[in-house]
Amino acid sequence: MTLATTAAHLTAHAPTAAAETHGFLSPTGVEIAFLLVGLVTFGAAIVTVTTRQLVHAALWLVVTLGGLAVEYLLLTAEFIAWVQVLIYVGSVVVLLLFGLMLTRAPIGRSPDADSGNRWAALTVAVAAAAALVWVVVDAFRTTWIDLDGPAAGSTEATGASLFQNWVLPFEALSVLLLAALVGAIVLSRKAKAGAATAAESTPAARSEKSPRSEKGPRSEKEGTS
Amino acid sequence: MHLAYPAVLSALLFCTGLYGVLARRNAILVLMSVELMLNAVNLNLVAFDVWLSKTAEETLHSGQALTLFTIAIAAAEIGIGLAIVLAVHRNRGTADIDKLRDTSELHDPDGPDSDALAAEQSGEAQKAEATA
Repeated sequence: MTLATTAAHLTAHAPTAAAETHGFLSPTGVEIAFLLVGLVTFGAAIVTVTTRQLVHAALWLVVTLGGLAVEYLLLTAEFIAWVQVLIYVGSVVVLLLFGLMLTRAPIGRSPDADSGNRWAALTVAVAAAAALVWVVVDAFRTTWIDLDGPAAGSTEATGASLFQNWVLPFEALSVLLLAALVGAIVLSRKAKAGAATAAESTPAARSEKSPRSEKGPRSEKEGTS
Repeated sequence: MHLAYPAVLSALLFCTGLYGVLARRNAILVLMSVELMLNAVNLNLVAFDVWLSKTAEETLHSGQALTLFTIAIAAAEIGIGLAIVLAVHRNRGTADIDKLRDTSELHDPDGPDSDALAAEQSGEAQKAEATA
């Protein structure tokens, strides 16, 4: 079926059928659960961007990402939910905590966690939120997701579509992940080690090697102080 | 389920992340806010994919596939971003975005890295002076 006929089919049937079977003021159990988990998620996100304790921000981010995983489960996208738990809660937050520790983030309240333009940022964010929520609610007022029947995001459906229609982007993504891995290693190794190996490879520069290698820990210490 | 619930939650999360990106000062907190914005987009993609997979006759499940790609790219992004933040912290001694005004390391008169570079380029006499 082409897109135009699908759209015509939707416009012909969806609002009337939806208005018959759904009501605004009679939410289903899934909607109530979605709303409650959404409130927890949104509150945790607010705390994440406003708390002054940096480690607490990372831990509230765990609550936010976990809440989003529950929302994915409520939307019957189970595979995405478990990927979210594994990658975000499992690795990204751990990476962020490592980053906080390695940059010597202060334990406890840090008074300069927010910059001076926070009121401008608050204005922009509230204006964007008001505009987006207004547009979204106005656009999808009469649209309902049908959650009955077979799950739309089961592992079987996701895997079939991923490996039937999305194989080439999937493989390209693996190359991108490899490039990111190599890039992160190159960025995070010390530049002095690269200079030392370059000096070792050329025998003429061997005499200059010793001051460089002695200078390494000094500038390192000075940089982190 | 009403489609407005996930759409509104996604919009609110995106604006929360927007506030965090604009108002935070630590680079790692900015990265956390970027993660929030990416997750808001993911929620939108999943919700609309579930909606379309029931209303349209045939679907590629493009929303869920793109969500998986976004998650992988976000993981790569957070790895690269943290490596950059750690390199900046090693060179400048701070991860504070408001203090990172210079794009170049060389013309910073009182930065901790400039004298190390100068000592590296010159000879043994300056090295003795620098370690003293």
